Amino acid sequence: MRYLPKSPAERKEMLDAIGVKSIEQLFAGIPERYRLREALKLPGPLSEAEVIDYFKARAAENSFGYTSFLGAGVYNHLRSVVTDALIQRGEFLTSYTPYQAEISQGTLQAIFEFQTLMCQLTGQEVANASMYDGSTAATEAVLMAERLTGRSRVLVARSLHPEYRDVLKTYAKNSGLHVEELPYAANGTLDQKALQSALKNDVAVVLVQSPNFFGVIESLAPLAEAAHAAGALLAVAITEAVSLGLLNPPSEADIVAMEAQSFGLAPSYGGPFAGVVASREKFVRQMPGRLAGQTTDSEGHRGFCLTLATREQHIRREKATSNICTNQALCALAATVHLTLLGKEGLREMAHQNLSKAHFAMAELEKVPGVRRAFDAPFFNEFTIELPRSVKLVNAYLLREKIVGPFVLGTAYHELTKHALVCVTETTSRAEIERFAAALRRALEQPL
Amino acid sequence: MAYPANYRYTKEHEWVEVQGGVAAVGITDYAQHELGDVVFVELPKVGAKVETGKMFGTVESVKAVSDIYAPASGEVTEANDVLHNAPEKINTDPHGAGWLIKIKLSNPAEVANLMDAAAYEAYIASQSKEASA
Repeated sequence: MRYLPKSPAERKEMLDAIGVKSIEQLFAGIPERYRLREALKLPGPLSEAEVIDYFKARAAENSFGYTSFLGAGVYNHLRSVVTDALIQRGEFLTSYTPYQAEISQGTLQAIFEFQTLMCQLTGQEVANASMYDGSTAATEAVLMAERLTGRSRVLVARSLHPEYRDVLKTYAKNSGLHVEELPYAANGTLDQKALQSALKNDVAVVLVQSPNFFGVIESLAPLAEAAHAAGALLAVAITEAVSLGLLNPPSEADIVAMEAQSFGLAPSYGGPFAGVVASREKFVRQMPGRLAGQTTDSEGHRGFCLTLATREQHIRREKATSNICTNQALCALAATVHLTLLGKEGLREMAHQNLSKAHFAMAELEKVPGVRRAFDAPFFNEFTIELPRSVKLVNAYLLREKIVGPFVLGTAYHELTKHALVCVTETTSRAEIERFAAALRRALEQPL
Repeated sequence: MAYPANYRYTKEHEWVEVQGGVAAVGITDYAQHELGDVVFVELPKVGAKVETGKMFGTVESVKAVSDIYAPASGEVTEANDVLHNAPEKINTDPHGAGWLIKIKLSNPAEVANLMDAAAYEAYIASQSKEASA
């Protein structure tokens, strides 16, 4: 097959085959008001030299010399140049989904190792070859629970990432899923009384995030117990994968949906990232996406191949476990290389630095007059503070001091009008934290 | 493999053996041969209601997943749980140990509408002819 545009002769041939005289006639069924009667507003073509100038100018807009306290689902972590060097090898970078076992042992082994690492970190028995990102992974976890339980009511923590909730609502809109939100308690954790009263025998799954969107670590065991008592499953979403370097793996969960961006993927403009779905082996046939498996070839050597492909769209059509038809192989490879470089101790040390620096930052910020810690439950590398004035105005001031301020929680939670979500990772130095606290103090002293 | 004369058969390649108002249901030798090595079966729970022509489970082989349709309506009284650990019984003994479920028939007369062994053999012969044509 040649990837060339259709010639007029080929267009005519296709139109003749379906018995239509012209393209115009083919589109006749589309109401006039939806038709575009003008050329697309696109800039004209550029020469090679002009394209290079254009990108140099864009590159010059990058914000060098800024310190960021923004997290909220995307985290700035150290990345080794080794990761990029390895994933940019042509065998990985330019090969399009090669799963033929005869020619793809390297790719399949890399995926298998990614799955193994994800299982070790999440305390689950099986993990898939990756999803698009954390948000679609969370939705897939819900859909998986719906298939497993045959129930359609879904209880979702309001402290789940707001964009993850939006993605879930989009999927649920026309699918017969009933999504209800569970409030958070005064300390920022899931409101367990609300959970208890909402849990009936028609609930498929309880979906919570930990650490949750406010940075607060949830206690999963009682949530699993409550869900299981009602015959429902517990799904746990994780946006900050580095937290698993210190926290107990969420082995109480029936399904884990995770964003793996923190493992060697740059924040960029918000992607590309890699989602993870991990679960118990007994649920594997209802898992979305693909899995690589380890096997033995006809000569007795260890080998790798795709397994359980019969659940996928190209075989099961509309009865496939998911409409996902790919995975984020290159991003998953980056995560695998990154974790392999870090090792168990390295990841633990990285997580420890996040925890220590975030708690140091919290202590420094609390010394600033008017700043209050909003939730007193334990946190990892993000925490919520309440300010005496608009976070947006404060952030505008901070930006002038080359500080990217915290996430404005009011944009996603109408009740949290003066609340900010602060993120501190291992990349933030003590001096930068102190500079942030001093700048915040000045911002709050500014006359309005 | 011979098709038992006392069984009835569907166009979707399920067989039924009725004994005292209860029907054992499985997939035919022809079906298992078409599917290849069976690796997994999904069966309804005891007490579930099944309806003629509606899907009640799936059989997954190394190359395909097939839906299994109820040959008659009724309530599931037994599911062959042995298949969870030994799905290959569907390949080795499709008309016996590889049975899938037992249904308490809500209308036993329904089964009389299905094909007998001779009609089913003629049917699969015509199917094979179609496939090779």
